[in-house]
Amino acid sequence: MIDLEVTALAKTFNRRSIFRDISVKVQSAQTLRVIGQNGAGKSTFVKILAQVLTPTSGKVKISRDGRVMKSHLHNLIGFVSPYMQLYDEFTAEENLLLSLSLRAQTVDSTAAKNLLGRVSLGGRSNDQVRTFSSGMKQRLKYAFALIHRPPILILDEPMSNLDTEGIGTVRQIMKEQQDRGILVVATNDHSDLEKFDHQVDLSGRP
Amino acid sequence: MSGKIKNRRLKQVLGLWTTAVIILALGLPMVAHPSHWGELPLIPGLEQRARIIFFHVPTAWLSVIAFLTSMWFGIRYLRKKSPDDDIKSVTHAGLGLLFCILATVTGSIWAKFNWGSFWNWDPRETSIFVLLLIYGAYFALRSAIDVEEKRATLSAVYSIIAGVIAPFFIFILPRITAGLHPGSADDVNSGPVVSSGGMNASMRVIFYSSVAAFIGMYLWMSNLRIRATRLVQAQELESRKQ
Amino acid sequence: MEDPRKMKSFLVSTKAVFLKDWRSELRTRYALSALVMFVLTTIAIIVFAFGGESPSQEVLAGVLWVIIFFSGMSGLARTFVAEEERGTSLTLQLLSTPTAVLFGKLAFNVVLIIIVNTLAVLLFLFFFSTFRVSSVGLFVTTLALGSIGLASASTIIAAIIARANTKGSLFPVLSLPLLLPLLMTVIHATSLSSEGAFFSEGLDDFRILVSYIGAVTGVSYILFDYVWKD
Repeated sequence: MIDLEVTALAKTFNRRSIFRDISVKVQSAQTLRVIGQNGAGKSTFVKILAQVLTPTSGKVKISRDGRVMKSHLHNLIGFVSPYMQLYDEFTAEENLLLSLSLRAQTVDSTAAKNLLGRVSLGGRSNDQVRTFSSGMKQRLKYAFALIHRPPILILDEPMSNLDTEGIGTVRQIMKEQQDRGILVVATNDHSDLEKFDHQVDLSGRP
Repeated sequence: MSGKIKNRRLKQVLGLWTTAVIILALGLPMVAHPSHWGELPLIPGLEQRARIIFFHVPTAWLSVIAFLTSMWFGIRYLRKKSPDDDIKSVTHAGLGLLFCILATVTGSIWAKFNWGSFWNWDPRETSIFVLLLIYGAYFALRSAIDVEEKRATLSAVYSIIAGVIAPFFIFILPRITAGLHPGSADDVNSGPVVSSGGMNASMRVIFYSSVAAFIGMYLWMSNLRIRATRLVQAQELESRKQ
Repeated sequence: MEDPRKMKSFLVSTKAVFLKDWRSELRTRYALSALVMFVLTTIAIIVFAFGGESPSQEVLAGVLWVIIFFSGMSGLARTFVAEEERGTSLTLQLLSTPTAVLFGKLAFNVVLIIIVNTLAVLLFLFFFSTFRVSSVGLFVTTLALGSIGLASASTIIAAIIARANTKGSLFPVLSLPLLLPLLMTVIHATSLSSEGAFFSEGLDDFRILVSYIGAVTGVSYILFDYVWKD
């Protein structure tokens, strides 16, 4: 059981408010959709959820089985976005194993290979990421975000750079995540996630 | 309204006080064996040049105090993230830089007449040089960051690190270079001037009056600057909205 | 960090950060080649500048540390600047705690600067036959502590400048005032070792160096969160 609770979240850049006073509570097996026009702060919002950006005020609380988690929150989160970059000079498999070793988790190369097969990169697992196309990189990011089986999966623009096959795989991943934990999707395209339990609309704020 | 009148009174008092300090510091006679109030001691090896103590030492003290104040507001910014703390931090750093330059220039001119060259790498000269470098680095860092929150955070972090490292000079400098400075422990001519001995009562009164005048001026300037910066920033924010 | 399990996971991920940077360095050789070339060219320039003169031991001790300081300035920022330039900072933030990142990269910089300094000293001994190291123990300890101190101060400064716009030129500007106490102390200890002083005569310098390293690492540990996360 995992809970994600956002209270009175606000972020300012150059003293200009991007958004303020956003509160939402998401539980296991629920989805959160974040919408808003370009520049409304969708990426900023999901980065704060992913703990890589500190809010100007307000709180993001993650609790597991009713207990509030204080440290190592990054191990509970998987994150995919177009602006995230993987390590170019490492192979696809090395990138996945790097994720496990940096999280101080057991390095499991079979799991990495299976996951690469899942996103149709099985044949390229030993190639350096620098040789990948942008669509392949995007697929690899899904394997990268799932390798540590995170209870919270955060997707920013989930379908960017993907072909039809890739979109199908991602839809499948999103469905599985809904059964397993929390899914957060930030998007402009409403068809990415048509059914959702909670929505944060950032347009027209503040 | 009454606040404004009070402020003007304070400014007038400060102006008169400063004028009196300047007149007394430059005008009172120096004699070999002072016996009356208003006679300053003639310190061998320094003579008339000793009068610099009334102006040079307070600026040097203030440049250190301003740095610590700036660091203090930097720490407050990191804890509370209030933009006003950053305004205060940068204002005090700016005034600190000003006083640091004044102390360096006055000291250096004096050194030319007393020691024969503008710069001698005496421990105190080296310390003020390092302080100048730190202030310079602080403002170079600030000018290289666009996002205001990031600029405030990183410059606060830098000034704290500098504040932690600077005390090391206290242990290192006396071992590396010999002190020429009046007031260094190994100065054979006059010994420690401010802390003991060298000054008589009249000199001390004028010296601390001057320190008070400098502090008053410092408070007035920082207050003015902080209020002006707040106005400028508020206007910027207003124009960005339109 | 009281919890032994957390301590263990901290050490494991610190090691992982270190190994990642090291493997990346072996593949790209960004920092190492820049550093080695820097040391070589600087020593060559100094050899030509002296033009057959044999400067005093004190001057040589100073020159050695000038080479080390500037070569450090040319390579020690790499570990943070590369993450920022390639856009992998975000990825690393998602993978690890700030503390593990700081100490992993600090370890990487310590190893890097020790390799470069060893090379610099060997070349220095080779080109300047008048440079004597009479007290080897004193000299090696000074070099080791000096390298660690240089790496510890540069690592946090590198993390700061990686977030600014003009990274390269800012690095020495911010580092010099913080490294001056270190440089003055190691230069003093190096000339002691040239004079053939006893190891015990260097103890005062070593005490300063150790407390410098402790203070810089401590303050980096406390403040790194603010630098690493926007």
